[in-house]
This record gives sequence, C-alpha cells and structure tokens, in this order.
Amino acid sequence: MKHTISLLVENEYGMLSRVSGLFSARGYQIDTLNVAPTLEEGVSRMTLTTHGNDHIIEQILRQTLKLVKVIQVTDMTANPHVEREMVMLTVSARRGEERQEVLSLVKIFRARVVDVSEDALILELTGNGEKVEAFINLLRTIGIQDMVRTGPVAMTRVAAVRALQQIEDEEEFSELTLNEKV
Amino acid sequence: MKMRGARILLEALRCEGVNHIFGYPGGAVLHIYDEMIKHAESLGIKHYLVRHEQAALFGAAGYTQATGKTGVALVTSGPGGTNAVTGVANAFMDSLPMVVFTGQVPTNLIGNDAFQEADLTGITRSCVKHNYLVKKVEDLAPTIKEAFYVASTGRPGPVLVDLPKDMTAQELEFSYPETIEMRSYKPQTQGNPKAVRRAVEAMLEAERPVLYIGGGAIHGGAHDEVRRLAERLNLPTTCTLMGLGAFPASHPLSLGMLGMHGGYWTNMAVNNCDLLISIGARFDDRVTGKLTEFAKGARFIHVDIDPSCISKNVPCDFPIIGDSKVVVQQMLDEVEQMVGHGANITPRQGWHDQIAAWREQHPFWFKEDGDIIKPQYVIHELHRLTGGKAVVSADVGQHQMWTAQLYGFDHPRNWLNSGGLGAMGYGFPAAIGAAVARPNDLVVAVVGDGGFQMSCNELATIKQYNIPVKILVINNGYLGMVRQWQEQFYEHRYSHSNIEVAPDFLKLAGAYDVPAMRATKASEVTAVLEKALNTPGPMLIEMQVAREENVFPIVPAGAALKDMILA
Ligand SMILES: Cc1ncc(C[n+]2csc(CCOP(=O)(O)OP(=O)(O)O)c2C)c(N)n1
Ligand SMILES: [Mg+2]
Repeated sequence: MKHTISLLVENEYGMLSRVSGLFSARGYQIDTLNVAPTLEEGVSRMTLTTHGNDHIIEQILRQTLKLVKVIQVTDMTANPHVEREMVMLTVSARRGEERQEVLSLVKIFRARVVDVSEDALILELTGNGEKVEAFINLLRTIGIQDMVRTGPVAMTRVAAVRALQQIEDEEEFSELTLNEKV
Repeated sequence: MKMRGARILLEALRCEGVNHIFGYPGGAVLHIYDEMIKHAESLGIKHYLVRHEQAALFGAAGYTQATGKTGVALVTSGPGGTNAVTGVANAFMDSLPMVVFTGQVPTNLIGNDAFQEADLTGITRSCVKHNYLVKKVEDLAPTIKEAFYVASTGRPGPVLVDLPKDMTAQELEFSYPETIEMRSYKPQTQGNPKAVRRAVEAMLEAERPVLYIGGGAIHGGAHDEVRRLAERLNLPTTCTLMGLGAFPASHPLSLGMLGMHGGYWTNMAVNNCDLLISIGARFDDRVTGKLTEFAKGARFIHVDIDPSCISKNVPCDFPIIGDSKVVVQQMLDEVEQMVGHGANITPRQGWHDQIAAWREQHPFWFKEDGDIIKPQYVIHELHRLTGGKAVVSADVGQHQMWTAQLYGFDHPRNWLNSGGLGAMGYGFPAAIGAAVARPNDLVVAVVGDGGFQMSCNELATIKQYNIPVKILVINNGYLGMVRQWQEQFYEHRYSHSNIEVAPDFLKLAGAYDVPAMRATKASEVTAVLEKALNTPGPMLIEMQVAREENVFPIVPAGAALKDMILA
C-alpha cells in the first residue's frame, strides 16, 4: 500500500543522502520526495511517498527515526490528513476546438493557464493525487508535450492532531511509542 | 589561549577521558601528530602506532569490547580512511562505541579530486551511527562532544569525524561544552511500565520459557540483573555469540550458545519453548535459522534499546524499548510486586529435566585421534590452564566457533570477536586493544592460520610496545570454515581453501623478534601452552592441528534450527 511519510530533520549537510541512502541500503523504494524549510530555523521537512506491506512501512518509520539528525517521523497515511501536489503540463492547444477543449478542462479542474503560445499552453494544477492523475489522463488524449510533478506534501487534519495528543496524555501503551523520540 | 585545531582535538579527548588512541599518520593529519608529540603525554593520552589502519580500528574495537569505554582511532585522509572502513563497518554491526577521526584534504580542495581525497563521510554513511565533516574550526569542539555522546549512548555505534587539514591548522580559543542537548536524539532507557508488567505476567505464566541474551546485555552492563532474573524465575538461559559472558557459562541454568553452531540442547530448548525472552539480541539469521520455523510455538518478549530491532525479523508479542540493565531491573521489581500480591513462581522441573536429557543425548564432543592435535582439545586446555579467566579474542572461522562453544565465559567483556561483520583479521589487533586497556589481565588471541595472515604485520606493534598478547594460532592449513562448507555442501570440492603454503610461523615471529613456540602432537599441547602462558610478554604459539576437523552441530544456512547436523 502507498504511504505518505513526513520527516522533520535537522537541515544539515548530507541530510538528504542520509535518508535516501537508508532507503536504498535497506531495499525500500522512494516514489516521490519533497524537501523544504519549515517555520523553525535549521529544520527542514521531507515528505516522501513509498509503498510496502505493514511490516516494511513499520521498519521504514523506525529506521528513519533512528537517524541521529531526524527529529520526527509521521506516517501521514495512518491518520486523517490533507495531501496536495502540483503538476505543470505543456499541452498542445491549437487555435480552435482543441484549445477550447483544454480550456474547458482547466475550468472544470480549477487549474490555471500560466503560459500561452501559438499552439500550446502551460497549465498548473494543485490537488490530491487522484485529481492530478485524472487531469493528466484526460489531457493525454489531447497531447501532453511535457510534464513535471512535485509529488505530494501533506498535513495532518487539526482534529486528528488533538486526538493523538489525547492518546499521549493518557499514556496508553501502544506500538505508537515505538515510533517516537520521547 | 588560542591554539591550533589539532591541539583542540587533543584537549577535547582529554575532556572525554580518553587515555589511549590507535592510529596511523599521513599528510592530512600531520598537524595532529605534531601537537601529539608536544602535548599528548601531559594530557595523559598515549597513542599506539599500528601497522595498518584496519588494525587501529580493530584495536580500538577490542579496547571497547574489553572495557565498555569508547574506543578512539585516528587515520589520515584517502587511503587511511578507506583502509579503516572495514573497522567502521565492524563496529556498526556489533554496536561498539567508537569515535574515528579521519584526515581530509583542506576545505578549499574538497570535491576537486585532490591528492588523497576520498569522500569518507559518503563512503561510511551506511555503516556509521553518525558522521560529521567539520567545516568551521568553531564547530570542532562541539562536534567532538556530540560525537562521543552519540557513540556511547542509546544503541552504541561508531561515529566518524572527518577533519579537513585546515581545521586542524586554524587557531581558536579552546572551550569545551559541558552539556549536550539534541532535539533529534533522545535515547529511551526506561521501559514502559505497562509493557514490563505484561511481559512479567507472561514470564510467570510460561511453562517452557527460555531467556535469550545478546550483546546488548553486555553493552548495557546488565549481567547482574540478568543472572538475578534467571535465578528468581528459574529460567534456562542462552547467550548469542555476542552475548557470551553476560550470563556465566558455568551456571546451572546456562544453556550456552544458540544458533548455527549452538548446542543441540540449546537449539532444542529454543525450538520447543513457549516463551522466548530476548534481552539485547536481534534475532540475527545465524541465530534463528529458517525464520518461519524459529521457536514456532513461542510468544516473544523483546527488550531492546533500538526500536527498529523490534519485530524486524520475528513479530514480537511484548516489545519493550529501553536499556537492558534498567528494564531487567524493572522486571525484577515487578516480579517482587506480583509475588507480594500472591503470584506463584513455578519450578518448572519437567522443562529443566527435558533440557538436561537433550544435553545428555548430544553434548559437545570430539574424537581424540592418537597424537594428532584436535583443535577442540586446545581450547579445552586453554580453558583449564587459564581457569576460564583469560580475555579471549577470536578471529573468524572454525577456531572462533570452537572457542565460543568450549571456552566457557563466566564474565562479560572477556570475549572479543567480530560477530556481525565476521571480519577475518580481527582477533589479533583486537587483542592488542584489550591488552592495552587491561594490562593486568591475560589476553589470548585465538586465530586461524588464514586470519592471522591478514593481521600478522601487527607483530611489530606488540614488539614495539611490548604488549603481552599471547597469539594462539590454530593452524589447520585451510580456510577451515570455508573448507567445511565445501565438504558438507559442495561435495568435497575444496576450491581455493587450501592455504598450506604458508610462512613458518615460528620464523615469522622470529623475524619480528617475538618469541614463539609450537606443538605438533597432542601430548605436547599442555606443556607448550603452560610454558607460553607463563612467559611474560608477547608470545606466539602455533598448534598444528587436525586438518579436516568440522564444527558441530551445524545448522545449514537457511535450514530450521531443529534440522541441525550433529556429526
Ligand atoms: C575478511 C574476510 N574474508 C573472507 C571471509 C570468509 N571466511 C569466513 S571463515 C574463513 C576461513 C578462515 O580460515 P582460518 O583463519 O584459517 O580459520 P579456520 O576456519 O581454519 O579456523 C573465511 C575465508 C571472512 N569471514 N572475512
Ligand atoms: Mg585455518
């Protein structure tokens, strides 16, 4: 099953290769990967998607958390969360019917046109994976000349954060404690 | 007072209480060696010059295995660092606390393919607990502080600090941080009380429990607690290769070593238990054999300081994260509480009788064969003549397994070997490190003729410093363990495992001016050993043993424990 995992890491030299190296050394797959600074100075967030059975995901969570400069690891998939990724596409859109068709899809999907030329448009769309996939599939029949995707970033829903807090407060022992730095 | 980075390094080592380092110089670390000749003595630091960087790492590893103190090694950039990599990987696999300093080309040359440049933090990333490249001299002291802290806490491991040459040349006021706080690194020592209670309940309920002790119990210093737990609950207790000595081999509850070359009775006990209580062990494939068959009817309690070890190989019923010593003490307290509330501790006599019967059926044994020296006999005699009290460092191969089976370790930190990596060439240099750390103890390196030839250059080191290591070469003229597998699993095709073309080991020792003795007949073994062990200073003892002896029992790779071959 696909999982989205979010890591808070010290923004130090070599951090990306520590994480990616761990995945390759232990035979796990990174499907997408995203790194950017957070509000806190010196801390970056990596969001990655991977896949595997429960056992493999469990190991991924624990092994990444074991890295000395990883502050926190969250399996976003385990809790209610919001996921978004962005895609940019260059699609063929010759004047006339073709362009109209593309523009109507843009409207339906609430995408944006960010560049226009004689016979092509650059489109930008933000959404969850399914929406992005659907958009790409529809445009494929018209003609995609180029595409870049960011891979998802994710955020836990506010209510879920509160619920987790409560579990922690009740000090209930669970596998949860295996996956945290206390 | 301002001082060079090189001097700061030495001052920091003093602050960490380091008294011994093992190393080898080269261009990138010359500032450090220059400060060393001026200040090391007054700082109470002694440097041992080895003859190959791998031996510096293995020496530091033996040092830490024999004491628990963090081992320290220093090597130069490029080839110095790459020669050290095997030692780093060894420390990683066996969770040995070590700090390794490597030289690096000056910061302005990094990435230019400069002379003797190697990306050492990159090369070692997958076999260190953590590593650092110091890029500002201001970071030097705090980095060293953090390196020692990370290496020695939690699940211990090697930390590498890469030092560009200019970092050791630039000057700065020395100040060493007193405390350390890392938001990303907080090892947990205390076990979750509820988890401990549930585990103890399971221990009281169990009818056929086995206590399974790994190297983590030695790292955690949990041997006393482990013994008390075993005695209080009448638990038959087995140790892994790395855990030998954490529970006294001569104890009535001791089952000896389990796994690929474990005792028949030990593996049978593990195979038939209903509760396996693991303390600081990691269910390595050499222990479990075929996973799906391993202790099939048992529930598992797993105490480990490293959460990633839990349920990695076998699904665990009672996970407890924490330090082995702390958690086992929690268990002992919990037992007393439950007993106070009326819980019963059963003697489980039937289970003990069953194990004793297995032991009687197939004890460790070997056939005497006239005047041919049996390697097992040598280990047996070594045990007898040293009263089981020597520090014994093994290399890798058949002799290692016979030593593990037959020496009978009653105390922790007296047994050194390369367990996880299984690196030939370990035994002798590790013994040097142990002898440096424990000058009042007898230190014996039990090595094969193959492994010794990967490290015999260190004869010069023991000669130079008069380090009283006794090197016991079990010479069978073969890469014996390889030959055994070829005999048993490849129909006697001894492909490239015959090493009878070898130096005359007595002459080899003689070339280094190290005294040496040899036995070629069984009747000579005792006298030669006795004389050699009682001669002060370094000594090489060659035992020319039966060439084609095999280690039994053996669980074929990938087979179930119960399918061990007995003879
Ligand atoms: C560096 C390294 N290379 C290869 C091996 C594979 N290996 C394991 S045991 C062994 C034979 C060791 O021979 P020897 O040192 O003579 O010991 P014996 O088994 O004969 O007691 C070999 C080659 C290893 N463990 N380490
Ligand atoms: Mg041999």
